[in-house]
Amino acid sequence: MWGSDVIMDYGFMAEYALMYVKAAELTIKISAYGIIGAFAVGLICCLIKELKIPVLYRIVQMYIELSRNTPLIIQLFFLYFGFPKMGIVLSSRSCGIIGLIFLGGSYMAEAFRTGIDSVPNVQRESAYSLGMTKRQTFLRIIIPQAVATSVPVFCANVIFLIKETSVFSAVALADLMYVTKDLIGLYYKTDEALLMLVISYLIILLPISFISSWIERRVRYAGFGNTGSV
Amino acid sequence: MGDSILKTVGLTKSFDGKNPVLKDIDFSINKGEVVVIIGPSGCGKSTFLRCLSLLENIDSGEILLAGKPIGLDKKDIHKYREKIGMVFQSYDLFPHKTVLQNIILAPVIVQKRKKEEVNREAEKLLERVGLLEKKNVYPRQLSGGQKQRAAIVRSLIMNPEVLLLDEITAALDPEMVREVLQVVLELAKEGMTMIIVTHEMNFAKAVADRVIFLDNGEIAEEETPQEFFECPKTERAKKFLNTFDYETSKI
Repeated sequence: MWGSDVIMDYGFMAEYALMYVKAAELTIKISAYGIIGAFAVGLICCLIKELKIPVLYRIVQMYIELSRNTPLIIQLFFLYFGFPKMGIVLSSRSCGIIGLIFLGGSYMAEAFRTGIDSVPNVQRESAYSLGMTKRQTFLRIIIPQAVATSVPVFCANVIFLIKETSVFSAVALADLMYVTKDLIGLYYKTDEALLMLVISYLIILLPISFISSWIERRVRYAGFGNTGSV
Repeated sequence: MGDSILKTVGLTKSFDGKNPVLKDIDFSINKGEVVVIIGPSGCGKSTFLRCLSLLENIDSGEILLAGKPIGLDKKDIHKYREKIGMVFQSYDLFPHKTVLQNIILAPVIVQKRKKEEVNREAEKLLERVGLLEKKNVYPRQLSGGQKQRAAIVRSLIMNPEVLLLDEITAALDPEMVREVLQVVLELAKEGMTMIIVTHEMNFAKAVADRVIFLDNGEIAEEETPQEFFECPKTERAKKFLNTFDYETSKI
């Protein structure tokens, strides 16, 4: 394909660029909601697990396994085609957001957990031996240190979730992938459409990637890093 | 025995429910007394301190503070812990807080004291251990000895009834051991009640009012430091002291 007809139809690309911008807007919006939601769900799940709240603890564990071990596209199908059978009809947009939160929540919960596990136990013990309660210890001693170690994992999760949005077209959401497939189907401009798709994702993801590295560096040199040996 | 501040009766602790690490320990310390616990590693000395600070559950027996057994209620446990200070072997300052923040955190959020007042006291204590100019520094910028001195101040500011020191110099470079032990010696002079686990025999001799030799989870010997280091009564203690290359005649 590339060999016989390398010249790209730039006119075509310019003509349809606006469609990609619109689609990118949608992708970004849904990603933003999904990521914020996933962060909240992850934090709640992690708190439930950490505090070992009786029944909820089991539910959270089941949720995490279910969410991590099924593909997003299946989760979306379930929301989009399965839920209406139970009388719950969701728009493609809602499906996208909920699906992303459902998937991301477990990853975020595990990111929090990694951070918490990385805090040496003696930190907990010295807080307790100063008379602090479990809650005070968790909020003031564990969480601040955990977040610092979790930042790289959070950033990786954010990028992962944005990339996962590429399956949204399966539930008729007019995202980047959807527009691309549309253009290919209508005009057979496969090369142009795919190139624009790649460029769109890069434009969205590269800045996020750079910002992540910058945050990671800041956190690493924030003046405390990890404890342990000298 | 005068007025016992902290006491254990028949304290027994095991990690697996079968093999006790501490067997039926009867222990008592008076106000102002300094007790040093020594013994081979694995004899249960650190576990004993951890039991005293309620970081470990005990299988049976009782811990009494000022004659009163400790309740099982969460509130009682926090109240008790406030009164029993503990300094650990590994420098355990909170790495995300400066030295001063480390010190004032518990007095402010646990004892609900005024921040200004706590600040002033913290600065006074820091000055005493020679760390005042380091008050706004993060722990990772301190040497091991400095960290340990700051950790002692963090416990002291709670005005504990008893201070537990668990091998606080074991992880330090030799040249830093002295600066930390100096602080402890001064506290002893001022009448701080302390239970100290250590491997520094000269320090033990200098600081202790009483030495307890713990072996295999039992109190094997309990004496004044002079008696213990000059003529230990049990074979086990003799053997242990020999491992430190101790020339008993030279003391």
